[in-house]
Amino acid sequence: MNWYGIKAIYIHEMERFRRTLFQSLASPIITTSLYFVVFGSAIGSRITEIDGINYGSYIVPGMIMLTILTQSISNASFAFYFPRFTNTIYEILAAPLSSFEIVLGFVGAAASKSLIIGCVIILTANLFVDVRIDHPLLMIFFLILTSITFALFGFIIGMYAEGFEGLQIIPILVITPLVFLGGSFYSINMLPEFWQKISLLNPVLYLISGFRYSFYEVSDVSLFTSTLTILTILIGCIIFVTYTFSKGYRIKD
Amino acid sequence: MKNILEINNVTKFYKNSVKALENVNLNIKEGEIFALLGPNGAGKSTLINSICGIVNFNTGTIKINNMDIIKNYRTTRKLTGIVPQELNLESFETVWNNVNYSRGLFGKKPDHNYIEKLLKQLSLWDKKDSKIKELSGGMKRRVLIAKALSHQPKLLFLDEPTASVDVELRKDMWDVVKKLNEDGVTIILTTHYIEEAEELSDRVAVINDGKIILVDDKDKLIKKLGEKTIKIELVDPIEKINGNLSKYNFTLDQTNKIISHTYNLNSNTTDITELLNDVKKDGYEIKDINTEQSSLEEIFIKLIKENNNELVRN
Repeated sequence: MNWYGIKAIYIHEMERFRRTLFQSLASPIITTSLYFVVFGSAIGSRITEIDGINYGSYIVPGMIMLTILTQSISNASFAFYFPRFTNTIYEILAAPLSSFEIVLGFVGAAASKSLIIGCVIILTANLFVDVRIDHPLLMIFFLILTSITFALFGFIIGMYAEGFEGLQIIPILVITPLVFLGGSFYSINMLPEFWQKISLLNPVLYLISGFRYSFYEVSDVSLFTSTLTILTILIGCIIFVTYTFSKGYRIKD
Repeated sequence: MKNILEINNVTKFYKNSVKALENVNLNIKEGEIFALLGPNGAGKSTLINSICGIVNFNTGTIKINNMDIIKNYRTTRKLTGIVPQELNLESFETVWNNVNYSRGLFGKKPDHNYIEKLLKQLSLWDKKDSKIKELSGGMKRRVLIAKALSHQPKLLFLDEPTASVDVELRKDMWDVVKKLNEDGVTIILTTHYIEEAEELSDRVAVINDGKIILVDDKDKLIKKLGEKTIKIELVDPIEKINGNLSKYNFTLDQTNKIISHTYNLNSNTTDITELLNDVKKDGYEIKDINTEQSSLEEIFIKLIKENNNELVRN
């Protein structure tokens, strides 16, 4: 293994995060605060509790998932698309790095940034509501797994994107709607039966549900199904990235 | 001297079926400066990028230090460094971070003393904390060289190293390249500045339409394919060409005072002595004599023209 190479990519990416620390952290903090103001005050005054949990506290895991998903995707897609855009990718391709090592460096850094932001969101949420974590290890497990999985997904977007606007299409048109419709701010039990069944087709529902279980021991679907879903997405992304990258698609002529 | 690089029957097609390289065979000796000449689109960069792993080639083998570059990519890539044609750098990073990043990518342990020495050698030390965007084009080119050398490669590829740089900087770059070569780095450079190849290289190859059409020692090539012109300046003009001078195929300038006669350097005998004697026999007094040798550029143009004519015929 080229550990120095992996470390170089990782440090290089984290350095970019450090350079833009204010923008990187300010945006999720402001967004979280706004969610608490809008959802907590406007909706929270009408829905006081869900499954015995205060509404403000109930939405915290969903908000963290929303941030983790979008940040992991955008960090990884930008991180890999940028050297393609500036043509500095030549150096990575010419280096004695396997495709696995390159992915590890970029995805590791993108997931790390998301984890940092996720922790900041938890701290921010604590300023507004009481946040209880019943299963901290399970919470960390879901947090790490989700960050890695969606950083891999972002890496795929970074490989395929043909312009900066291309980086935004999937997160805006697919991920954000799935998160919003995946029970971030409600329980699917509150929906009519037909929409409950439709919601079960949304993979993000399983991530949010499992993650919420680690906080309050309440969930829309079983913990086993949630874990299986995230692992399936992870394995799917790994296979896709490995195959595409090893073929050099869009990177090597 | 042993071969550090061996290229055997390498062919490369791009996705649109354009043949970029066709059965390329080339050996590079350790310690030499080798120039790869060719017009735009001839396949120079594709060949370099294939060797460095930046593009995938379709058939053939490439060996560095007798190791296949695909099977032993970890070892062979550590031995190579590449300076691309474009100024591909991260604008917001400092020179120091950029160069250390490159060393890390190539699997080398951090060595700040070496990087310091390298930056000093390339006159970049006082710019080490500057961001790339603050540097001039010439400085950026030096940063690219520093990055390529950060992991101490044995084989350095310079893809058009002095493209769009001014004359002064070009000479400066040549000094850097010569110094690197003296330090034991084998250098392969692509260029379409013939002057550059003439100044720097030990051997040259000419590539056209994806095929290597010639490989030779630079000096031998100039001697073998070069022509020389003798210019004989007379005191009085030639009124009419007759007598002994009529048997020669020479040209006269507008004043009819300068005889220009071209001969091939490769032929065993020339008729120069005879010509000079006949000038004297015909009663002309010689004022001055000088000779001009064809440059690598003239040879290059001649070769490419011949090759293109051959392609049209085929």
